[in-house]
Amino acid sequence: MTERYSRQELFAPIGVGGQAKLRRKHVLIVGAGALGTGNAEALVRAGIGKLTMVDRDYVEWSNLQRQNLYCEEDAVGRLPKAVAAEKRLQAINTDVKVEVHVADVGPAELKELVAGVDVIIDATDNFDIRMMINDISQKYRIPWIYGACVGSYGISYTIIPRDTPCLSCLLESVPLGGLTCDTAGIISPAVQTVVAHQVTEALKILVEDYQSLRNKLVSFDLWKNQHTSINVEKVKKESCLSCGTERTYPYLDYRNTTKTAVLCGRDTVQIRPPDKIERDLEQLEHLLQQQGDDLQRNPYLLSFTKGDHRLVIFKDGRVLVHGTKDIAEAKTLYHRYLG
Amino acid sequence: MQLIINGEKVELPENVGNVSELIQYFGLDQKVVMIELNQEILEKSKHSETILSNGDRVEMVHFVGGG
Repeated sequence: MTERYSRQELFAPIGVGGQAKLRRKHVLIVGAGALGTGNAEALVRAGIGKLTMVDRDYVEWSNLQRQNLYCEEDAVGRLPKAVAAEKRLQAINTDVKVEVHVADVGPAELKELVAGVDVIIDATDNFDIRMMINDISQKYRIPWIYGACVGSYGISYTIIPRDTPCLSCLLESVPLGGLTCDTAGIISPAVQTVVAHQVTEALKILVEDYQSLRNKLVSFDLWKNQHTSINVEKVKKESCLSCGTERTYPYLDYRNTTKTAVLCGRDTVQIRPPDKIERDLEQLEHLLQQQGDDLQRNPYLLSFTKGDHRLVIFKDGRVLVHGTKDIAEAKTLYHRYLG
Repeated sequence: MQLIINGEKVELPENVGNVSELIQYFGLDQKVVMIELNQEILEKSKHSETILSNGDRVEMVHFVGGG
């Protein structure tokens, strides 16, 4: 087992000392999709101390082309991504403490999740949650690494509180949701290239080699053979509400968070009850038995199909309404079957 | 006009004169885009008033959400 990290220790900027630091560090990955699984696998193999991973979704066949921790069995069983990821990660490296949560993340959850965390990795698919991560990072002074991709294009930026501009400074306005729900598809090398940028920056932070951080906004298009980076240091704004002198962390205010969300390119709406509830899935199964075309239950969720729509009900009260992008229609179905 | 965009020489039609028009030409006007012109970051509010000249070096990065 002593050989396990030898190649990483031979790499001078990490060395034996850096490896020892890695073993004491805790990483939070928000999202267990393509970027999340890629980052998780690399960091768990690298031998960090602890990984916390959170995701609200479950494994589907369309994930298998690029989400490297999942296999066919997980898609057949509709396993929550966090559960399937944990299984695979522990098979890869038992040295690392892996903690997973099947949950949708809002400000309250984030606050709990970041306790003791050294770096947060963004593996989400929308800007609602990224703005929350950005605020929590500033509030608790934890670095975070933005990453995103679509088609053959990818982008990444590392935010170090007090040193670099934050995501709010960079964006000026929050991109519309439509950006994530592109029908442009995605190829796995675009994912893996963003992952490579995120993991490398995370390793630098974890071994405390801050001098080596990239400090630039980087983007690439693998199909068009382009690679760009921009020095964005100057866009740091003193008036920024997330990182400036009069900061209020606007995105941590629950009133500013979305309770319904259209999921990326999935023809799916997620509905999250305003207050946390624990659903009795067995009881619900009885209730819905006679109403739909198909009904399936596993320990984590209940899947209910009626005509062109499928409702997936999670234990924590969340419901995914498949077969629509229309929030109102999704809410109607939600209330029709779940009261 | 010829510009160097993301390190590549690109020939642009006559109707592209300022940075806003350049962003539009690449179909990125609905997205959040960061522009560096001759190694200086350009604020969004300056996009339409900033005239491009032959040989300018432009770096363009647009934000996406997928992951």
